[in-house]
Amino acid sequence: MTTFGKLNRRHFLGTSAAALGAAALGGLARPAMAAGDLTVGFIYVGPKDDFGYNQAHAEGAAAVKEMAGVTVLEEENVPESQDVQNTMESMINFDGAGLLFPTSFGYFNPHILELAPKYADVRFEHCGGLWAEGNPTNAGSYFGYIGMGQYLNGIAAGHATKSKKIGFVAAKPIPQVLNNINSFLLGARAVDPEITCQVIFTGEWSLAVKEAEATNALADQGCDVITCHVDGPKVVCETAVARGAYVCGYHADQSPLAGDMYLTGAEWNWAGVYTDMVTKFMAGEAVPNFLRGGLADGFIKMSPLGPAVSDAGRAQFEAVKGEIMAGGFAAIKGPLKDNAGNVIAADGEAFVETDVALESMDYLVEGVLGSTS
Amino acid sequence: MSALDQMPAPGRPAMARALAGLMPRAEAVLIPAGALLAGFAIFSLFLGALGKSPAEFFGLVWKAGFSSAFSWQNTLSRVGPLALAALCVALPARLGLVVIGGEGAIVLGGLAAAVTGTVLAGLPGYPAMLLMAVAAMILGGLWIGAIGALRIRRGVNETIASLLMAYIAIALFNHFVEGPFRDPASLNKPSTAPLAETLRVGDMPFIATHWGVVAAALACLLCWVLIDRTTLGFAARIAGDNVRAAQVQGLPVARLVIGFTALGGAFAGLAGFYEVAAVHGSANASLIAGYGYTGILVAFLARHNPLAILPVAILLGGFEASSGLVQRRMDLPDATILVFEGIVFVIILLSEALYGRLRIFTPGYWEHR
Repeated sequence: MTTFGKLNRRHFLGTSAAALGAAALGGLARPAMAAGDLTVGFIYVGPKDDFGYNQAHAEGAAAVKEMAGVTVLEEENVPESQDVQNTMESMINFDGAGLLFPTSFGYFNPHILELAPKYADVRFEHCGGLWAEGNPTNAGSYFGYIGMGQYLNGIAAGHATKSKKIGFVAAKPIPQVLNNINSFLLGARAVDPEITCQVIFTGEWSLAVKEAEATNALADQGCDVITCHVDGPKVVCETAVARGAYVCGYHADQSPLAGDMYLTGAEWNWAGVYTDMVTKFMAGEAVPNFLRGGLADGFIKMSPLGPAVSDAGRAQFEAVKGEIMAGGFAAIKGPLKDNAGNVIAADGEAFVETDVALESMDYLVEGVLGSTS
Repeated sequence: MSALDQMPAPGRPAMARALAGLMPRAEAVLIPAGALLAGFAIFSLFLGALGKSPAEFFGLVWKAGFSSAFSWQNTLSRVGPLALAALCVALPARLGLVVIGGEGAIVLGGLAAAVTGTVLAGLPGYPAMLLMAVAAMILGGLWIGAIGALRIRRGVNETIASLLMAYIAIALFNHFVEGPFRDPASLNKPSTAPLAETLRVGDMPFIATHWGVVAAALACLLCWVLIDRTTLGFAARIAGDNVRAAQVQGLPVARLVIGFTALGGAFAGLAGFYEVAAVHGSANASLIAGYGYTGILVAFLARHNPLAILPVAILLGGFEASSGLVQRRMDLPDATILVFEGIVFVIILLSEALYGRLRIFTPGYWEHR
């Protein structure tokens, strides 16, 4: 007779201890997912209803939520500190997330770079275009060329302004923001070369008091069309409208805030980008590590034109939009000087939106009143 | 009263005698613990009013903050900066000063560490790291020490001064990170040059959390020894309880105030060093993460007792670690944890009024039963 099946006290203690240990470790084991199902985590640096950067991503997340077999997790107001690493790991460990969209620029280095090697079977998709050869292959980045959107904003602004002064409330003098400011002014100058654009930098991505002050200061100087590049354009929009200035939107659709004073807006179109990526990921197809697109690729879109846009404005807007969609359109093209008089582009020279030279932009073009430092 | 009267009557149960000795000491633990439970209860009512289950909430806090190795890693990663920031509040508080600007010392400490690290890139790892930490502590110490000096020499209110100085510190930090010390390669996120790998503080061997927790624990222990076990600490406590009496006794109040505020600032600066050397690898705007402000909460909950700071920081670290899970699972806004912490904070402050008022904590209550 064997002892098999006989309850041996030592054996019993041993196995129950092991079982207890396994149960304790259970907290560590990832929750098992049904085959084919995917949990996708979205992480935002600010509130997801900010009428801006984060809302644009949350709208994308909402589209992913509609997809079959996908569970969406969202977490807002996550600082670009150790917190975001904790949030990502928490989504992976507690909720079994297989695909993460940490959407703020500062989440990539060092946070995603540190976690990606640790969780090789999870994909980290970061918004901002920072991924480079040599970075973990289960990480990637995507971004859109939204400067063209600001160029189209500029065209609408150029037709609406009476004072020939337009205004821009900007967060920080970094290349992306400078490109938007320059594009906005150049769009307006395509309508009337006498237009100038006053820019005010607030120094922070989200600082409501300064944004309001800056908008008021622009209105005081006679700017009658105002746009911005800050995380949440809500304060700028509402202040501008209260001061009787037209508004061009940014990041998301701000027409509910500005009403008839809303001309148009340069919006991210993450819904398409996200559903596309999730579909590819679920089908097991390769998702590019570096993904970028503009208006023609559906990465960005324009808000519907508001009632204040004239027929002439509408016609030019649509014509230029058509040119951009066709490809090869350049906002920064010669002859062009910066506002200190240095030559940016010689006659015949042009920088299309995909040109890497634009990624280290450190100038404001002629016609922009303001300085980068 | 003769000595005989004070002796417990013969035949009194040993239990009562033991309680008479124990309860006065237990006061310091039972009142905060009771206040904490009362805070939990009130927050449960709040959740109930929102139609959410308190049991689920506390279950999630437990799960996310304390239930597994990962939860502990998540919790402990917040403990280092929280405890160090709390010391920046607790040390001046023992002298009767309410300093709430630790955030300024943290970001400046981080900047000092990053810049020193860039300058010392050629040195071997440990000496360079030591110098970075020292630079961070000196700048943090000078910053908060200046607030103590303003108080002593010019009578400037230290609470307001520290808050405003924190704004100035952040503005200076942004100026230097975006200007003179900016790494030209950091295009869209202005940062100082990245630290060499040899200058990075790594994780502890048994858990994926950096050494800042250990440094914070040692700092708390050191402060406890300083305050409770040295004549210097004794002098500081006297000055904190009654500054006139301290002056009459000839205690060096001015030097004590400046020294203690500077030491507190040095610890906040050290938190900045760990944020740069262990987490971010360079100084940039991500450093302004609000640890200095949560540290105020930690210090008050610990009643400015350095030994209590560590468990309180762990508790609050756990609460904050659960914020995400609570958001995702219960569909509550991220501010929920702040409301929770706020309620607990207010109740703990209210409970301060109970010390010495509850008779069950007096020896007499038990001796005369």
